[in-house]
Amino acid sequence: MNHATRKAAPAAATAAAGKPRLTTSAMIASIAAEGQRTKPAPFGHALVALARENPAVVGMTADLGKYTDLHIFSQAFPERFYQMGMAEQLLFGAASGLAAEGFMPFATTYAVFASRRAYDFIHQTIAEENRNVKIVCALPGLTSGYGPSHQAAEDLALFRAMPNMVVIDPCDAHEIEQAVPVMAAHDGPVYMRLLRGQVPLVLDEYGYTFELGKAKMLRDGPDALIVSSGIMTMRALEAAELLRQDKVEVAVLHVPTIKPLDEATIVEAARKSGRPVIVAENHTVIGGLGEAVAGALLRAGVAPAGFHQIGLPDAFLDAGALPTLHDRYGISAAAVAEQVKDWTGR
Amino acid sequence: MSARERTLPSDARPASNFRPTAETLALLREKARFVRLETIRLIEVAKVGHYSSVFSAAEIFAALYYDVMDIAHGDPRRPDRDRFLMGKGHAAVGLFPILAEFGYIDRETLDNYTRLGNPLGDHPDMRKVPGIDFSSGSIGHALSAGLGMALGGRMQDRAFNVFVMLGDGEMQEGQVWEAAISAAHHKASNLVAIIDRNGFQLDGAVDDVMGIEPLDEKWRAFGWEVHTVDGHDLDALTTLLRQVKADEARTRPCCIIARTLKGKGVSYMETEPGWHLGYLDPSDAARAVEEIMNRTI
Repeated sequence: MNHATRKAAPAAATAAAGKPRLTTSAMIASIAAEGQRTKPAPFGHALVALARENPAVVGMTADLGKYTDLHIFSQAFPERFYQMGMAEQLLFGAASGLAAEGFMPFATTYAVFASRRAYDFIHQTIAEENRNVKIVCALPGLTSGYGPSHQAAEDLALFRAMPNMVVIDPCDAHEIEQAVPVMAAHDGPVYMRLLRGQVPLVLDEYGYTFELGKAKMLRDGPDALIVSSGIMTMRALEAAELLRQDKVEVAVLHVPTIKPLDEATIVEAARKSGRPVIVAENHTVIGGLGEAVAGALLRAGVAPAGFHQIGLPDAFLDAGALPTLHDRYGISAAAVAEQVKDWTGR
Repeated sequence: MSARERTLPSDARPASNFRPTAETLALLREKARFVRLETIRLIEVAKVGHYSSVFSAAEIFAALYYDVMDIAHGDPRRPDRDRFLMGKGHAAVGLFPILAEFGYIDRETLDNYTRLGNPLGDHPDMRKVPGIDFSSGSIGHALSAGLGMALGGRMQDRAFNVFVMLGDGEMQEGQVWEAAISAAHHKASNLVAIIDRNGFQLDGAVDDVMGIEPLDEKWRAFGWEVHTVDGHDLDALTTLLRQVKADEARTRPCCIIARTLKGKGVSYMETEPGWHLGYLDPSDAARAVEEIMNRTI
């Protein structure tokens, strides 16, 4: 599979009378479940709002404007938008140059292309120079059914390892909206995982506010502590409701900022005796939130009653329908609940 | 290097009113000589360095910094200054003495080039060295970053030009061509790429390692205005650079292929490509200095 497959999914377009309506491919449309509350294109709309206030904001993409919701921005500010074509190395190099001239580029592509294809280019021209470039990438972890070419199972591990880089894994539309102005207020490079299209709306019901570098306890419970980021927080909250039916009460600590990691809050929550720590992430179990939390607990001398990881295996993942894949790799709500029950002995 | 390339006349035929005066030419020759001599002196401190990569570009450095580019003396961050990015970052040892002459680097720092804790290394670091617009060392990034600066300058209605010096081996990096196609698409007429076509890279002759010709046709096909010039002919080179900079009617980016000799100025380096990275012991260095002092390029 190659870049050309990006073109295989027809773009959403305004249907003219008598013409069949084009719809976005189900493969990459949305991770929202049927009937779930959603919000459309939260990143695109938040970026337009930011750009109205901040004239330094520019948008750039490598032929993935529509699939990163950047088309909302390009329509609102065509003179501040740069289409760089299918050339991710160039995308990030040019973003560095624009940042050098005082602009704040939001550069978008898929997570696989930023992390794997353009790693050295981000490392050398953005991270090392500490340029004010915001890298916003769709299809993080396992949010595409297209197979390994489109599945960025290792993006957090790669960007965590890059000095100067802030790494954000947001859960839902509410958090993405809030994260956009916050990442703009941070002077330096940021990598944010993006959920695009119809994005689930979850955290607004928890009175949640995104703060850079802060973990937030969304619910407490004595039987297990789930530490999670990104969509796995949504799954952990769903699993917590399922587990409650079995009289298992779990705590869910949401950690949207992977770097810098809120080690103090994580360690404090893990110190509570008697409950195992379970880290849930939409990412390979190698090098992501799970190992980051494990390292923090070891350094703090905290030994919880068990440490477990829910995440993607160290393998090239299958292609297929996302719900099926999420069940297969243990990151659906039902699979999370089952694993937690096993580990809590219920 | 073939005899054909050594004797290749400049095919630039610029308008005569851009030609430098005899006094300017004498000054630029002196500055190119200064770059070569300082390179030998500083590599003596480091004990290893890229002599020949600087020597091929000495006239380019001299023409840009002492004539063509608008570089604010005293303020390396002036917003309207021309930008310079060096894809072949390993030639930084030839640029540092110029920045020291401009007052951006103090003499003691220059004299302790590459010593532990000194901001001046084998490759330029924009975070540590005033006057360096872009950190390089990893080949291939500079033209993309330069394009971003050019686009940024245009958005701010600033009149500066962005000059990006590239190695000829660098043409093998795919990112260069991503930037080339994009700069033409975005009509970045304030972007000028200068290719130091010295013919050699680490593993040997560029055309043996991975042939890049016909280079001019490639850049032209990518939508650039292309000029070829003898990169050691300061009269032709300076005239061409002045003309390119002054051309406000141009709607495309501009590529200058500077035909050069790796190691130019020291005869035994001109014929031995192994000098890409090396060290002259003091007696050899003295002979090289003597040749540079007595030779007019």
